Amino acid sequence: MIIARLAPGVRSHGRDARRGRPGRTPGRQLCAVPAAVAFIVLLLTGCGGARDATGAGGSAAADGAEIDGSITVFAAASLTSTFTDLAGRFEDGHPGTEVRLTFAGSSDLVTQIIEGAPADVFASADTRTMQRVSDEGLLAGTAVDFATNTLQLAVPPDNPAGISSLADAARPGVKTVVCAEQVPCGAAAVAVADAEGVDLDPVSEESSVTDVLGKVTSGEADAGLVYGTDVRAAGGSVLGIDLAEAGAGATTYPITALAESPEAATAQAFVDFVTGPEGRAVLTAAGFGAP
Amino acid sequence: MNTAALPRWVVAAAVVGAVFVVLPLAAMTLRIDWPRFIPLVTSEGARAALLLSLRTSVSATILCVLFGVPLALVLARTSFPGRRFVRSLVLLPLVLPPVVGGIALLYTFGRRGLIGSGLASLGIDVAFSTTAVVLAQAFVALPFLVLSLEGALRTVGTRYEAVGATLGAGRWTVLRRITLPLVLPALVSGAVLSFARALGEFGATLTFAGSLQGSTRTLPLEIYLQRETDPDAAVALSLVLVVVAVVVVGVAHRVRPLGSLDPRGTASPKAPAAAPGRVD
Repeated sequence: MIIARLAPGVRSHGRDARRGRPGRTPGRQLCAVPAAVAFIVLLLTGCGGARDATGAGGSAAADGAEIDGSITVFAAASLTSTFTDLAGRFEDGHPGTEVRLTFAGSSDLVTQIIEGAPADVFASADTRTMQRVSDEGLLAGTAVDFATNTLQLAVPPDNPAGISSLADAARPGVKTVVCAEQVPCGAAAVAVADAEGVDLDPVSEESSVTDVLGKVTSGEADAGLVYGTDVRAAGGSVLGIDLAEAGAGATTYPITALAESPEAATAQAFVDFVTGPEGRAVLTAAGFGAP
Repeated sequence: MNTAALPRWVVAAAVVGAVFVVLPLAAMTLRIDWPRFIPLVTSEGARAALLLSLRTSVSATILCVLFGVPLALVLARTSFPGRRFVRSLVLLPLVLPPVVGGIALLYTFGRRGLIGSGLASLGIDVAFSTTAVVLAQAFVALPFLVLSLEGALRTVGTRYEAVGATLGAGRWTVLRRITLPLVLPALVSGAVLSFARALGEFGATLTFAGSLQGSTRTLPLEIYLQRETDPDAAVALSLVLVVVAVVVVGVAHRVRPLGSLDPRGTASPKAPAAAPGRVD
């Protein structure tokens, strides 16, 4: 609607401007548009200004390998609670630092990083998405594997379909929800089902593990394949059932500092902190395995 | 368009506004991988998603017309205590984030929902079905039809209806032969808006209906999913959605003037037909 109505407007304005050139004063009219565009550009660059300022201070800090300033960490959605915890601990251990966290699906984050989003550290839920960042030459060094995760079968607390194994979830009439094969948790689900020789017939293939979990916690689905850490984080709202061949779908989480980071020292310090003993302890407590 | 009547800065701001809307679409078009475009948009998943989107959007639009027209009539032509309140409630899906709509629908029609639990005991299962997609789309699209039709009903006024009634026409005859023909252009544009909104529905569908090829994965959901692995496919499908939307809106603009001149069923078509022209 809007497009169709406005597009002719653009054209007719152009015609009028040309028609008016000899007699009237089209100059002012024509100048107004670039001026307005420039105003908006100024607004945009204004937003980026703060970022540049920290960047300038950061490079000086990096020279002295001093750990302070503000870093932005892009982390996979399944790391939400652990990384929130770890960021707080890191800030406590390094006064003067600030860790800003962005959580989303790993593929989303990769797209944003490649399109120039200002991230200093990237923690992905699978090696495949990390490879895309690496292919673009955006890694500061090499990515380090810091955790693993395996799938569990999540069922509502009352387990209405009486499920105790993946084969039960594949029974006709049982509403099972999985991730789509395009996302890491879906690829893992296919690997586990293949290893168990089970032919899953899901009622829905969601684009994120959060959506799968939501369908189970709301009771819409009888079962859903999610990460073990998701089951643990969901508390009592779902029951987790171990899978015999969970190892077949284990995913590895890599983390890295990014090449474009203006706070290289702080970014690397955060990576070291996550891969170090304190990070390991927090991750283990949340149900992540060692790499 | 004669710009002389407007201050120049208004025109300039309008151009900036138009560029703001059109430029991102142009930027998206520039990213399209043309050699792969045809294979990308004709893949099995893409075709299934497009067909499903068209099918569900048409169904949702029919639902919107069936229930939206009476709703607009009641809101525009009757008065009862709390009418304004009801009106704002009905228009709520317009301002709600779709995901909120999806959650609300889940707690209504879901397996453990308010109505859904009763339906489930009758053997009717809404969740994860194409019906759920249609419900989600109708929920978000209904206000568009109600809003545009109610405005039109108020603008055309009740004069012709009153004259018809004094000449002996019954309520049904007045509605069928005077009121509805008068607001037909608004009804068409309202229905088209609803269709377009249904076509673009994403949040409520994702939350309420799930995502399965051929049964609940509509084109916006397919685009969202393809973006995970194949951004080129997502961009190509986005263009398909834009083209479908432009075609639909374009067709609606062609239909509207014809509709307002359509003398079918009206005893005195010329005079009242001029009135809806103001409804814009």
